[in-house]
Amino acid sequence: MDDKMLLVSPAPHFRRNRDTQSIMLDVVIALMPAFIASVIIFGWRALLVVTVCVLTCVVCELLFEKLCKRPVTVNDFSAVVTGMLLGFNLPYTVPIWQAVFGSVVAIVVVKQLFGGIGKNFANPAITARIVLLVSFAGAMTNFTIIGTPDGISSATPLVEGGSISTVFFGNYAGQSGNRLLTLFLGNHGGALGETCALAILIGGIYLLCRRVISWHIPVAFIGTAALLGAVAKHNALEYILSGGILLGAFFMATDYSTSPSTKSGKIIFGIGCGLVTFLIREFAGYPEGVSFAILLMNILAPLITMATRKKPFGTKKIKVKGGESK
Amino acid sequence: MLFKKLSGVRVKHCKNTADLAPVRIAVPQTVYIPMAMHIGAPAVLSVKVGDSVKVGTLIGESGAGLSSPVYSSVSGTVKKIDEIIAIAGNHVATVVIDSDGEQTIDESISPYEVNTKEDFLAALKKSGIVGLGGAGFPTPIKLNADNSRVDTLVINGAECEPYITSDTRTMLDGADDVAYGISLICKFLEIDNVIIGIEKNKPQCISAMRKATEDMAGVRVMPLPSVYPQGGEKVLAYHTTGRVIPQGKLPLDVGIIVINCTTVAAIAKFIRTGMPLVEKCVTVDGSAVSEPKNLIVPIGTPVGELIKECGGFKEEPRKALYGGPMMGIALPDLTSPILKQTNAVIFMGEKEATPPPVTPCIKCGACIEACPFSLDPVAISKAYKAGEPATLERLKVDICMECGCCSYVCPAKRNIVQRNKMAKSMLRDYKIKQKATEEKKNG
Repeated sequence: MDDKMLLVSPAPHFRRNRDTQSIMLDVVIALMPAFIASVIIFGWRALLVVTVCVLTCVVCELLFEKLCKRPVTVNDFSAVVTGMLLGFNLPYTVPIWQAVFGSVVAIVVVKQLFGGIGKNFANPAITARIVLLVSFAGAMTNFTIIGTPDGISSATPLVEGGSISTVFFGNYAGQSGNRLLTLFLGNHGGALGETCALAILIGGIYLLCRRVISWHIPVAFIGTAALLGAVAKHNALEYILSGGILLGAFFMATDYSTSPSTKSGKIIFGIGCGLVTFLIREFAGYPEGVSFAILLMNILAPLITMATRKKPFGTKKIKVKGGESK
Repeated sequence: MLFKKLSGVRVKHCKNTADLAPVRIAVPQTVYIPMAMHIGAPAVLSVKVGDSVKVGTLIGESGAGLSSPVYSSVSGTVKKIDEIIAIAGNHVATVVIDSDGEQTIDESISPYEVNTKEDFLAALKKSGIVGLGGAGFPTPIKLNADNSRVDTLVINGAECEPYITSDTRTMLDGADDVAYGISLICKFLEIDNVIIGIEKNKPQCISAMRKATEDMAGVRVMPLPSVYPQGGEKVLAYHTTGRVIPQGKLPLDVGIIVINCTTVAAIAKFIRTGMPLVEKCVTVDGSAVSEPKNLIVPIGTPVGELIKECGGFKEEPRKALYGGPMMGIALPDLTSPILKQTNAVIFMGEKEATPPPVTPCIKCGACIEACPFSLDPVAISKAYKAGEPATLERLKVDICMECGCCSYVCPAKRNIVQRNKMAKSMLRDYKIKQKATEEKKNG
C-alpha cells in the first residue's frame, strides 16, 4: 500500500461553481449598460467621475486592509461595485475631490470600520451619497445638463417643487408619451447612473437571470412606490421612472449584507423602501427619498430577518404529539 | 401531493457507473474487520489469534443493547487482533484475517425458515445487517421496535449522492430481492402500505421496481425530483407520505419505517441463503479512477485494493472518501477497510480534491435558502462563535442532518456544515451540563 499523504477535509467535497468574485463580477457586468448610457447622456465627465470613484474605493480598501493586516479582499470586486454605484449616484458635475471624499467614506467608514465585506450594516454607496448630500447640498443637486447637444436643459423631474405633477415643463410639457420616453431613455437631468431606465432594467434583468438577486426586493420596492404614487394621483410610470427608484431597487436595496436574508423579509424590506421613498418625496424637504429609504431599511434589516425566520422543519408546536413543548 | 417540497440543491449526478453490473473482486490476501461498523455498542470479539475462520463465521458477538454481530468475510486464519482509529476518532478492535483464497463457507450457514414475526426477528438478529444507506443503524433493532403505530413502509431508493450507483444496481439486478424483502417485512410487521421512493434520474430503476412489484398489493413506486438530499430520512418520509417527523422523533413516531432498498435486498438474501452480511456492492469512482466500476467486495477489504480492479489510478489520488462527495468522509490513507455501510469509495485527483479558498461571509443567505430544514446557518454560526448554546437551542441546530447543502451553495466556500456540527456538539454538552446541575439541585 502506498502511504502517500491524502487530503482530509470536511464534507461536502463538491462545491457549487460560484464564488463571491463571480457574483460581484456579475454585478459589474449588470452595471455596464447604465454606465455606457451615462457616458452617452452626460459625456466624458461621467466616465471620469465613475472612474475616480472606482479607483479611490479600490485603493482605499487595499490600503486599509494592508494597514490593519487583514486579508486583502480587493480581488473580490466588491469595492469596484461600491465605486460604480457611488459614481452613479452623483451628478456628473460633482467636483472630483468630493467624489474622492465620498469614496473614502464609503469604503473606510461604512465598510471597513465595521469589519469589511459582509459585516457592514449600511450600504456603503448609499451612505456615502447621503454624507455628500448633507455636506455639499449645492453641488450634489446640480443636476442640470449642460454640454450635451441633445440633452434637455432641465432639472431632474423631482427637484423643482418637490411634487412630480409640477416638474414637467419646457419642450415636452403636456406630451405624456414623449415625457415617458425621455424618462425611459434617461435623456434628462439626474444623478449620472440613475436616469436611463432602459439600461438599469437590462442590468436588473441580467442579475435576476443570473440569480444574483431574487425578484422580491425590486418588485416589492417598485410596486409599492408605483401604487402609492398612483394613490397620490401621480402617473405611476413616471413616478417610478424618475429619480433613483430603479437603480436603488435593483442594485442598492438588494445588497446582501444590508438586506434581509429571508424571502418574506425581502418583501417587507422592499415595501418599506417604497413607502419611505414615497413619504420623503411627498412630505419632506429633500427632492429624492430613495437613498434615505434604503439606509433606513438597512438599519431594520437584521430585525426583519430575525422576525421572518422560518420555523425549522418539524419544530412547530402543534405537530408534536403529547403536548410536549419543544 | 399538494404540499410544499423541502428545499435542497441540484448537484451534478456523475452516475457514471449506473450501467455497470457489479463485478466480484479477487479475494484479498488480508481483510481488516472492525468490531464497530454500526451505530451503538461495538461487537464483542469471539475469536482469538490463530483461529481458523470461514466465510460467515461469527467473529464478533452483538454487544448489549444497540449493537450488531460481525462475521468473517473470507476463509482463513486470524492473524492479529489489531486496533484501528475509526472515523469518529475512537479506537476500534479489528480482526485481521489472512485469507486462504478458498472462500469456504461456514457449516452453520443454511437458509432460514420463518413462519412467525418472532422467527423473522430472531433470525434477523443473526444477520449482522445494518442500515446500508450509510447510517449503519442495526436493522433488526429498527424492525423490533414498538411498531404498533406503523402503517407505511418507505423504501429509500433515492440515492441522491453524486457518483454512487450501488443502490441503482440493487434495484436493477436485485429487484426481486427487494420485492421479496418488502413482502417479508410487510407480512411479519403487518404493514399494508409501501412506497418506494426513487429519484427521477433513475428511470430504469423506476420501471424495474414497478415490474418487480406489480403483483404486490399496496406497493407503489413514487418517482421523486432529483434534488439532493432526497434520500435523507426525514426528507424522504415527508416527500413520500407528507408526514412531518418532529424534532427529536423517529419515523415510527409518525407511523413510518424508512429503510434503504439495499438493506431490504440484504434481508431477503439473508433469509433465502442464511449468509449474513459479509460483502457489499461498492461504487468506485472519482476523477482519479481510470475505470469507474461497481464491485462486490468482502467487508474488511482495504480501499486501496479496489483500485486494482478499476484499471489503477489515472492520476495520483489526493483524497479518498467513504461514500459520496456530499456527505462522504475523507480517509487518512488507503488502508481503511470497506465497512458494512460503505456504498462507495471515491478517489479524487488533485483538482477535484483541493478545497476552494475560504473568503468572508457576504450574508447572501444562499445557505438559508438551500437548507431543507429551514435552519439559519448564519445565525447558528454567530451564536456558536459567541459561545451561546441557549441561542443554538432556540435556532434548533440539533435537527441539522448534516447534508451539506449550505456548504455546497456558499459562494464564500465556508465550511458551514462543519460549523453546524460543532454547534450541535456544543449544544449537546450544554444540555448534559444543564441536566447534571438540575439533578444536583433536586438532590
